[in-house]
Amino acid sequence: MEDHADQHPHQELPSDPALRVQALESLLVEKGLVDPAALDALIDTYEHKVGPRNGARVVARAWADPEFKKRLLADATAAVAELGYVSQGHEHLVAAENTPECHNLVVCTLCSCYPWPVLGLPPVWYKSAPYRSRAVIDPRGVLRELGVELDENVEIRVWDSTSEMRYLVVPERPAGTEGMSEEELAALVTRDAMIGTAKVKPPGGPA
Amino acid sequence: MNGVHDMGGMHGMGSIVREADEPVFHEPWEGRVHALNRALGALGKWNIDAGRHARERILPADYLRMTYYEKWLAALVMQLEESGLVTAAELQSGRPTPGATKARPPLTADQVAATGSERGWFERPVNAPPRFAVGQPVRTKKINPTGHTRLPRYARGRIGIIDRVHGAHVLPDSNAHFRGEDPQHLYSVRFSARELWGEEAAPRDSVYIDLWESYLDPA
Repeated sequence: MEDHADQHPHQELPSDPALRVQALESLLVEKGLVDPAALDALIDTYEHKVGPRNGARVVARAWADPEFKKRLLADATAAVAELGYVSQGHEHLVAAENTPECHNLVVCTLCSCYPWPVLGLPPVWYKSAPYRSRAVIDPRGVLRELGVELDENVEIRVWDSTSEMRYLVVPERPAGTEGMSEEELAALVTRDAMIGTAKVKPPGGPA
Repeated sequence: MNGVHDMGGMHGMGSIVREADEPVFHEPWEGRVHALNRALGALGKWNIDAGRHARERILPADYLRMTYYEKWLAALVMQLEESGLVTAAELQSGRPTPGATKARPPLTADQVAATGSERGWFERPVNAPPRFAVGQPVRTKKINPTGHTRLPRYARGRIGIIDRVHGAHVLPDSNAHFRGEDPQHLYSVRFSARELWGEEAAPRDSVYIDLWESYLDPA
């Protein structure tokens, strides 16, 4: 039987989530199932070591180096491994390039799949019911609501992350960035631009 | 399962609220839940698909009401009990069963430093060649499994075109229920927005969905 609705979590732990988690962690540590130092290290990884700055460097490299961009679009896992953000054989990554004719948007309608090594953990709105329900049926409405106006001739490709493949949008390089260093370019690239819910703004414009 | 988690195409969920300068975790306990999930996963008592299925089994009203990490916590407790790692009595008392042997945590801080945020590799060798080729039209099956699946309801019984062959991957429908990895070829399938949503959709827009071979028939 695959319907486990009768096996719902018991509610013996305190109902306040902070107390509940504290009680659960203390039980698990006492049972020798988790090491609190490993938990600290995991939290430190997501708070300080991975995040959208990684993805921004990938995008900046793609903008600055056409050969890297070719490799990124052909095999993003291998290309991103060159920059050290994933190791080959540990993350399945696909890069989708935005152009004046085509705009890519990433969602996970079934849960919250997101390319952690290059973008870190997803923001709350990405995991929320409004975004998950609407991105596939009304991408233009979603983009408009988030401030991205697209010409009706622009083709929209929505990527629903239903497998372990993870999707990274390579946004369009804005005008006025000729001659900028990779580091300067990376500073322009936002998390939302790599999800496809924003465009990268030209330097010096309004934030 | 036709659960509320499968929300692609639903209406009435409201507007998208973006938070400026959002922290990675809003409360310290959210970070602990995220880390506990990862650390307990290293015990090998369940897998990523079983974890997703546990969250899907949260009652729909609770699923919609709970915050993200409240759902993770509820599913974690569910998995701890179902796997036998923790008993209901232990959850009740907050203390290990007297006389129980103490385990040794499988995940250490050093290992975390070595693996970072990587989740693993889900491609597996298979003998059979892919049944479908890039450019080939396929129709998704009209199925309503009561267990875990990654074929969203909005894409069942629809015609799409194979856009990319990803290689053979662990099949969530089997793995989530501990029936083995049953690796199958995985495809990125392109569906026109009009095929999915009707004539009001923009004519050139499309949705790409990763789908396993057993979800597909030739069209």
